[in-house]
Amino acid sequence: MIREANHQEIHGLLHAALDGELDTVDMMRFEAHLQDCPECASDNARLSAASAAIRAHATRHAAPDDLRAALMQSLGAPGTLNVVPINKFRRWLPPATTGFAVGAVLAASLAIMIDTRNSDDQVADSITAAHIRALQPGHLTDVQISDQHQVKPWFNGRIDFAPPVKEMRDQGFELVGGRLDYLQGHEAAVVVYKRKLHLIDLFVTRATPGARPGSASGGASSGYNVERWTDGGLDYAAVSDLNRDELMEFAKAWRGR
Amino acid sequence: MGRADDSARFAEMALPHLDAAYNLARWLTRDPTDAADVVQEAMMRALRFFGGFRGGNGKSWLLAIVRNTAFDWMKINRPVEMQSSPSGGDDGFGGELENLASEADDPETTLIRALDRRQLDALIEALAPEFRECLVLRELEELSYKEIAAVTGVPIGTVMSRLARAREMMRRSWIKEEAR
Repeated sequence: MIREANHQEIHGLLHAALDGELDTVDMMRFEAHLQDCPECASDNARLSAASAAIRAHATRHAAPDDLRAALMQSLGAPGTLNVVPINKFRRWLPPATTGFAVGAVLAASLAIMIDTRNSDDQVADSITAAHIRALQPGHLTDVQISDQHQVKPWFNGRIDFAPPVKEMRDQGFELVGGRLDYLQGHEAAVVVYKRKLHLIDLFVTRATPGARPGSASGGASSGYNVERWTDGGLDYAAVSDLNRDELMEFAKAWRGR
Repeated sequence: MGRADDSARFAEMALPHLDAAYNLARWLTRDPTDAADVVQEAMMRALRFFGGFRGGNGKSWLLAIVRNTAFDWMKINRPVEMQSSPSGGDDGFGGELENLASEADDPETTLIRALDRRQLDALIEALAPEFRECLVLRELEELSYKEIAAVTGVPIGTVMSRLARAREMMRRSWIKEEAR
């Protein structure tokens, strides 16, 4: 009788046990019961197998690149889109479609809210946001090779300028790979380096008109350091959690070659 | 000034969870284009509400908005589908949860041997939305019961029973598929 009551109770814990939601005491009781209850043991095995199968084989849908790009643009590129008051748009649309059909239009008007800061801060923030995003699993590098002769041609046909890719092992920075990204709504080539455990993203974009060649600036955003300079018609921005001095060393080494 | 800071902070918080947001929207709407629309709309809403976000678990906070946006979207665009799913109680599907053990000789090995991504996805898509979201949040996004409760807006006990039922329905329909 006691064993039966225990069985009912433990059987009710199968899912919680599988999901790691039991405290230590209940987990010990659960495991002890499995030892001498074939029914619970077999149900547990079955459930674990089903769960493992779903985890291993069901699709994890990754956000499409164009959605990511559109959001990056709405969140990070002030002035590139028409500024239209949200209310005005809502009135134009039939009530039934309000809310969803307008989504894209509303996203465009996000830009209004971002417009009030000086543009250096905005650039630093969007570089940092892109860097942080790239640190998520699977996003870091599209091409993961450490030979400049492989990274450089990888950008061919993927972006409409040729980003220089330099070997900097002698200076203590290891080439990890490259990827394409978006910065303030523009395509950017990103060359990825590493020093010890610190990753450095070097964003290369076409220079914004009016930028003084050779001018350099540094800053920090959300605890990440950013070094920026312009050279040969291209804007460079290096971002990393590396300390300020070492990131400046990286920038100097890059520009010196 | 405050708003601009909000936008920058929002992008930093939200963009790392974009894949999770899209995955949830994609599983709920079962369509790539609709999922993208839902995510865009949800991001809009999230930015608007971001001032009220007091820190804590950004992922659950954002997924809750995605989830609600997806359900709103389905109510407008797929009213039939939403009606056919059990709204209040959890007894809209299956109904024989107790007989967990007696279905087939050795279903777990059958399950693994025959697994095919397309079929498996179709089985998950066939679940009613309330069950589907619990399963996806737990198995694919690996959220805790507490986080799932926060995203779906139901008590933890309901999360547990929905998840148990979702798994059971998966197992049953899998066996049915096998027998075909």
